[in-house]
Amino acid sequence: MSYFLQQLINGLQLGFVYALIALGYTMVYGIVKLINFAHGDVFMVGAYLGFFAMANWALPFPVAILVAMVGCAVLGMVIERLAYKPLRNAPRISALITAMGVSLFIENFTNLNFVFGPAPRAFPRPFAVRTFNLGGVSITNITVIVFGVSILLMVALTWFVNSTKTGRAMRAVSMDKDTSRLMGIDVDRIITITFGIGSALAGAGGVLFGFAYPQIQPLMGIMPGLKAFVAAVLGGIGIIPGAMLGAVIMGVVETFTSAYVSSTLRDAVAFGVLIIVLLVRPTGILGRPGREKV
Amino acid sequence: MTGTRRRLSPGWLALIVTVLAYAALQTLMSTKVINPYWQQVAGLAGIMAVSALGLNLVYGYTGQFSLGHAAFYGIGAYASALVTRSLGPSIWTLLLGIAAGAVIAGLVAFLIGLPILRLRSDYLAIATLGFGIIMKVLFDNSDAVIPMMGGSAGMTGIARLTNFAWVFVFALGATVVLRNLVFSSVGRALVSVREDELAAEAVGINTTKYKTLGFTLGCMYAGVAGALYAHLYAYLNPFNFDFLKSIDVLLVVVLGGLGSISGTLVAAVAWTFLLEGLRVALPASIQDWRMVIYPLVMVVFMIFRPGGLFSGTEFGFLKPRSARRRT
Repeated sequence: MSYFLQQLINGLQLGFVYALIALGYTMVYGIVKLINFAHGDVFMVGAYLGFFAMANWALPFPVAILVAMVGCAVLGMVIERLAYKPLRNAPRISALITAMGVSLFIENFTNLNFVFGPAPRAFPRPFAVRTFNLGGVSITNITVIVFGVSILLMVALTWFVNSTKTGRAMRAVSMDKDTSRLMGIDVDRIITITFGIGSALAGAGGVLFGFAYPQIQPLMGIMPGLKAFVAAVLGGIGIIPGAMLGAVIMGVVETFTSAYVSSTLRDAVAFGVLIIVLLVRPTGILGRPGREKV
Repeated sequence: MTGTRRRLSPGWLALIVTVLAYAALQTLMSTKVINPYWQQVAGLAGIMAVSALGLNLVYGYTGQFSLGHAAFYGIGAYASALVTRSLGPSIWTLLLGIAAGAVIAGLVAFLIGLPILRLRSDYLAIATLGFGIIMKVLFDNSDAVIPMMGGSAGMTGIARLTNFAWVFVFALGATVVLRNLVFSSVGRALVSVREDELAAEAVGINTTKYKTLGFTLGCMYAGVAGALYAHLYAYLNPFNFDFLKSIDVLLVVVLGGLGSISGTLVAAVAWTFLLEGLRVALPASIQDWRMVIYPLVMVVFMIFRPGGLFSGTEFGFLKPRSARRRT
């Protein structure tokens, strides 16, 4: 039983990191209907920014997260302006291919020796790892911080989207772009802001990921990126609580597969769950079943 | 049209040009003017063409967005390699292996297609992507069931049975079959599913049947390509059948232009030679930049020519007579 609880905690920890990435995917998809493949790489850049902030500039951990968030937000907005904006009215496949191109570009560019270099780096730990024992389940202070920061960010995002004017504009644009424009919303600005916020969350996720699983390298974003996207689809793409729910499920399923079945099969099981959910409920767990219109 | 002398039709002309081009290439290869390295690259270009024609059938003509093409490519490669390794290397086992690769890839595509082709656009893409990743994991762990497959260490001991000539013949065959398919009534049914599923259904087209048909045939193309690859490279590693490989093929199809055979052929050859050409053209010190340049080419291309090279048109000789007269 305590083994089960222990794995559940581990799964939740992974799930929370996925959730931070999945939120960016889901918000961007909700507004521009684009699978932003580069998002996983923004997450990777966030991990590196956190690394540089702590290892090279000796900044404290909370500041490192802020540095990563701001850096990633800028990166996300630049990507949107340069690569996606010119394709706003092009066929969707062109935008998708462009997203893949941007993703490969970031991966291979940061892989160059004078940028980040291909060698994995050890992520610094600003303080010693302490373990608390709660009824047979050990929780490290790292887990506590990952939980705390991700919950804080998710609450902040929910508040922002539901209670601010910009958040309302975001929801309006995701419902109907043209009508929002008629209501006087600057759609381009909202899209840029969405990319910025999504990327900032991914940046924070990157730092937390490096913090919890302390090794980073330029290709580290691919798999978590894909899984986070899958999590967003699982919960119902375009729906913010859905992304959180899907990500937590994804993290827990993956951890349980590693713990109880085989760690080599965890990706297969994670994606198998996705296919089954899609077949049973194509719009995701929280998604509203849509009807095809002529 | 009503000239006194009957002129050669473009189809025959194209055939003669193809044969001459093949003869020229083969002469250059046997006299070692084109060295074995570039022969291999030419072979890979042909394999890419076969695989990409298949994806073009799935996505370009039938409109079913698949991000798992490399999985079927891998299934074909492993199936054929198992056949030639267990039955001994010869031309006949190779042919049997290629057939096995095509049939098994097609069978898997049919079985997986029946449930997942109900999904639309992005959801289908994600489901096929998931399938691709699952297959990669299965290839990685294959040695637990069939030790010969080698798991993540890769499968070795495959005889090098194919060469440029084999690939060329298969690529030519694949082109002719696809061309005849898409300009038939079946092809029009496939395109109607792509254009508007509901409307197609309304005029009496069994969309499920045609979607499954297009998907299965396209994946069989991937199976053939995989079988050719296995016996050209003589080594298989699950790494070569991952998600990025699916993206590669998708790129070729999109850069060539969706729903264009000519575009796919040109893009497959150009893409393979561009990647290898950069390897030769760039000095060793900036070799790593190759992988930076090619995504940039991709993005710039998409921004300035989103319809791909051919945007749905064809070389004249690939069109049927009726379509030719109209233009």
